[in-house]
Amino acid sequence: MTRETWTNLAALAVLAGVPLWAYVADEPFIITLATRAAIFALAGVGLNLALGLGGLVSLGHAAFFGIGGYAMGILASHAQAYAPLAEWPFLIEGTKSMPVIWLVAVVASALAALAIGALSLRTSGVYFIMITLAFGQMIYYFAISWPAYGGEDGLSIYVRNGFPGLNTLDPIQFFGLCFAVLCAVLVLMWLVQNSAFGLALSAARQNETRVLSVGMVPYRLRLVAFVISGAITGLAGALFADLNRFVSPTMLSWQMSGEIMIFIIIGGVGRLFGPVIGAMVFILLEHTLGGLSEFWHVYLGALLLGIVLFAKGGVIGAIAGREKAHD
Amino acid sequence: MTTLLFIEQLLNGLQFGVMLFLMSAGLTLVFGVMGLINLAHGSLYMIGAFAAAAVAAATGSFLLALMASLAAAALAGALIELTIIRRLYDRDHLDQVLATFALILIFSEGTRWLFGSFPLFLDVPAALSGPVTLPGGIQYPAYRLTIILVGLAVAVGMFALINRTRVGIRIRAGEADREMIAALGVDIAKLYTFVFALGAALAGFAGALVGAIQSVQVGMGEPVLILAFVVIVIGGIGSIKGAFVGALLVGLTDTLGRFLLPQMFALILEPSAAVSVGSALASMLIYILMAGVLIFRPRGLYGVA
Repeated sequence: MTRETWTNLAALAVLAGVPLWAYVADEPFIITLATRAAIFALAGVGLNLALGLGGLVSLGHAAFFGIGGYAMGILASHAQAYAPLAEWPFLIEGTKSMPVIWLVAVVASALAALAIGALSLRTSGVYFIMITLAFGQMIYYFAISWPAYGGEDGLSIYVRNGFPGLNTLDPIQFFGLCFAVLCAVLVLMWLVQNSAFGLALSAARQNETRVLSVGMVPYRLRLVAFVISGAITGLAGALFADLNRFVSPTMLSWQMSGEIMIFIIIGGVGRLFGPVIGAMVFILLEHTLGGLSEFWHVYLGALLLGIVLFAKGGVIGAIAGREKAHD
Repeated sequence: MTTLLFIEQLLNGLQFGVMLFLMSAGLTLVFGVMGLINLAHGSLYMIGAFAAAAVAAATGSFLLALMASLAAAALAGALIELTIIRRLYDRDHLDQVLATFALILIFSEGTRWLFGSFPLFLDVPAALSGPVTLPGGIQYPAYRLTIILVGLAVAVGMFALINRTRVGIRIRAGEADREMIAALGVDIAKLYTFVFALGAALAGFAGALVGAIQSVQVGMGEPVLILAFVVIVIGGIGSIKGAFVGALLVGLTDTLGRFLLPQMFALILEPSAAVSVGSALASMLIYILMAGVLIFRPRGLYGVA
């Protein structure tokens, strides 16, 4: 096993071990922090497919995070008010069941990613960054000015949604659920990375002309990657909204996009476990520095600046060294 | 009456567009010449506004406040260019995005630390606080009209600088081929610092001018920054002319959309629904405009392939 694999396993062990310890020590707040880290990691894993493997610097992934959140908020708010979403052409009821909500969140954010990606991927480089940011902002302003689901104030859900066989109100059980989803998605990402599609996507990032010359279409590869990426981030959004039992336009804001990107950078761009480690470090910083100073974002900014300027590769890069075939 | 209101909204759109031009001009120059995407441009806008508010509160002079905004933003711009930004020119866009995002965090929290979380207020100078009567009997705030004129004057100045002066020739040459102009003996590092500080000064100036209409607070720069991105995407990155046309298009579309769409929906929907549908759609209108431009001109209206 390589040092990176050891690092990855250690990260998983810490992420699973800390809440178990907190459960024994009866510290539910720590379990909630770990759940936040697992969900943020999931959002980062989603973005990492587009950013790390595909080289697509999307500054609009909060859109998918928020759409996932609103999928949960809208379905659950209709269910708790016993008001159907639509009665015509056929009856659509709200739901408090997580699997259904996840499915809706994934489909909705995938569709949004398809529309945004199809337009944004016509361009590249700095245009792509600005355009994804702008589309993210468009959805943000739409959520603020559309009054039906709380507008600027957001939507509160009184009781966390249910999962068959689990008591999701119990922090440790909800953490277990989020952790299981994260692990499942990590396995999926590992399979994608090593699949023909993943290799082609990576090749399109490294040398577009060669990919074109063997008859593959980079646009299509990137669009598929962008859609999967958006769908995973949307799933994370649904979980995040369920964790807080609250969804608001803040989840759609561009700062959120920046934060999801920060998880990846702290951990290491393009590494399978980069976002996992990054999210854990982020939560740790937020918790410790946030306790020290109200202005902890200054330190976060300085740290980020340091990583970008002097320590490319993030935590995993520092521990495990450069990847063999990393461009 | 409706025509008068419409003309007033048209002028508001023009004023908004001119402000966006001040913001986008620096951004597009910095990208065109140095190939850098600068998210911290919004922070420079904020710095200008805060400097103006602080100096106006201390001296009571609006003119001094404007000069302070120019100086503070240019200084902050030159400072970050010399220490951080110049390390980023050869990096990829991801690094530039992250480093300038980090700068936003530092500037925003730093400003909050210095000035507190409460918004500051910058008063419109007394001489410009009343309305003026335009031909046709339209009453329009003198200050907003001044902003339009000042903005247009700056636009003319920028065109003259880029197209008529030696510095402008160097800037354009730097855009075309930076190795060649360095080989011809132009101090490219100094040129870059100058361009960056110039863009920063314009952003800070815009922040001060707008600060007198709206409140001066932390985080005021980022919404404008994102609108400036929309402007540059529409106009074409690197083109001052594109930034000008894009800014006016965005300013007018946004202002008129917010004014007209609810009224148009009122013709087919009941009033409360019309307002909510209309305003929701109006808030998305400029992005729809951007998407439309992208479908037909992926490089923007005046972008070069």
